[in-house]
Amino acid sequence: MEALLFNVSGGFLEGIVRGYKAGLLTQNQYNNLTQCETIEDLRTQLSATDYGNFLANEPMPISTSTISEKATQVLVDQFNFLRSNAVEPLSKFLEYMTYAYMIDNIVLVITGTLHGRNVDELLQRCHPLGMFDTLGTLGAATNGEELYHFVLRDTPLANYFRDSVTAADLDDLNIEIIRNTLYKAYLEDFDGFCQTLGGPTADIMHNILSFEADRRAINITINSFGTQLTKEQRAKLFPTIGRLFPEGNNALARADDIDQVRQACEGFSEYRAFFEASSGGGSRANGNGAGGGESTANLLGDLSEELGAAADLEDRFFVHEVHLNKLAFLQQFQYAVFYSYIKLKEQEIRSLTWIAECIAQNARDRIHDFIPIF
Amino acid sequence: MSGTGPRESIFPTRMALTNTKVRLKGAQTGHSLLAKKRDALTTRFRAILRRVDEAKRKMGRVMQLASFSLAEVTYATGDISYLVQEQAKSASFKVKARQENVSGVVLPAFEVDRVPGSDFNLTGLGRGGQQVLRAKEVYAKAVETLVELASLQTAFMILDEVIRATNRRVNAIEHVIIPRLENTIKYITSELDEMDREEFFRLKKVQGKKKRDAEASEALRKTLAAAEEAPASPDVSGGGGDLLGSKDEDVIF
Repeated sequence: MEALLFNVSGGFLEGIVRGYKAGLLTQNQYNNLTQCETIEDLRTQLSATDYGNFLANEPMPISTSTISEKATQVLVDQFNFLRSNAVEPLSKFLEYMTYAYMIDNIVLVITGTLHGRNVDELLQRCHPLGMFDTLGTLGAATNGEELYHFVLRDTPLANYFRDSVTAADLDDLNIEIIRNTLYKAYLEDFDGFCQTLGGPTADIMHNILSFEADRRAINITINSFGTQLTKEQRAKLFPTIGRLFPEGNNALARADDIDQVRQACEGFSEYRAFFEASSGGGSRANGNGAGGGESTANLLGDLSEELGAAADLEDRFFVHEVHLNKLAFLQQFQYAVFYSYIKLKEQEIRSLTWIAECIAQNARDRIHDFIPIF
Repeated sequence: MSGTGPRESIFPTRMALTNTKVRLKGAQTGHSLLAKKRDALTTRFRAILRRVDEAKRKMGRVMQLASFSLAEVTYATGDISYLVQEQAKSASFKVKARQENVSGVVLPAFEVDRVPGSDFNLTGLGRGGQQVLRAKEVYAKAVETLVELASLQTAFMILDEVIRATNRRVNAIEHVIIPRLENTIKYITSELDEMDREEFFRLKKVQGKKKRDAEASEALRKTLAAAEEAPASPDVSGGGGDLLGSKDEDVIF
């Protein structure tokens, strides 16, 4: 059914986004980039790609942050183009995508406001995708109470706040908890929205979002070892749309160390592979990661071993996310391609920044640790 | 005059000589003590130099590792600098200064005092928390290296200064003060000798003069005695005779 009418409103933009996708860097181009000796070479190589001369007007010592900033600007421009041409329900879908960045921005502004910082300064640090009109007014509130009652109510995220956060929670001890609570609410809401769209969009987006949810659950569990976060608090942060839900989440909530996390994920074949590789080794990411970890190991002793394993896990999550997002392009007449494209582009910017960083810091042995997309 | 070099302007007396000799003795003792101090400091200085070299190399490696771990954080989580800045409330890494005494030189030594726990251990909860933790540890190590380097470097500077001052003093004593005192002593000795000789000559002269005076007075006494005897004879030969007829003997004094 969607094949019949999809192209009426979404065909043009789907074509555009598939065109953008063709502009993502290929393995061949990554190979060229990793051969660069200086940032200047990198710039020359990049000007031959879809990025064009996005760094042309930069003064010569280009920092890696400038590269990432400018590349993000390219992404934002593309996204804004898509968004301004979109009609319902695609426009709603794209808006949902920006909520993730809004959460980060709001948390940033709240943190700054609670410490009495200047709002303009804060707004400059916000992610451009997550900007919305009332963001600036967040700074008008002087304390958490006001912030909650007058300002947050007017943001697009008000629903998430209403459900999960009370005014009393708004102090900076809880800021990370708030961020993750919001993100949980967001993931669940987004998934619910995708289900209403139905068809392949719902299928693919559910795959991607449930992986995102599980990833967060596992990460939160691992990262909360040895912190003041109690197990009850931790359990509240787990999104309920993942494949781990509910038994896996319950097991994660009780976990005390990384082995128990592994056991919790035993029942899910994809996730089991992550942990197997991190303990056994043999995959590409692990080989490289261990090489980098070794030099740190001398300094940090035992600590880095566990950290190294967890960091590898993170890499493997990235790889899997890229894989899922690539799968989204295999189906036509659905909206998940937009989400996937943005995520892939973000990953590409991360990879670019990583390569630039490796070149700048002369760490050639780890330059191949990025995640190629095609 | 003896003492071709510079000397102190004092009166060449025996007391001054004694004083100067005592001072020379003091200067020599001081010289040997300072030379010992200089040697001790130099040994220490060399050791510190070696450690500074090591620490600097280590710092290079650690800082590289640290900034790379920050790159890893940026890769995994994005920019967290603002959150970390805002959430850091109390210093978890403190530096304590204490003093160390090396042959009379006070060297400050810095010590690391790490407060366990952290303010932002929930940063990166959703993703990248491990990288954040790792970056934190690596940076703590890096700062530790920096602190070590700082105390070494301070000690290095202070020792350098002190060694230079000591060297200057040793050289001044060796090449200026001791020769001057020696010259003074020589000068005083020679002046005293000179005075001795002058005194001797004067005594001689006085003696000579005295002798001559004694001889002259003796001769006068003899002449007088002879003159007393001479007028008695004509008187005896019959006084009132023709004075012109007889010729007197010339009287020679």
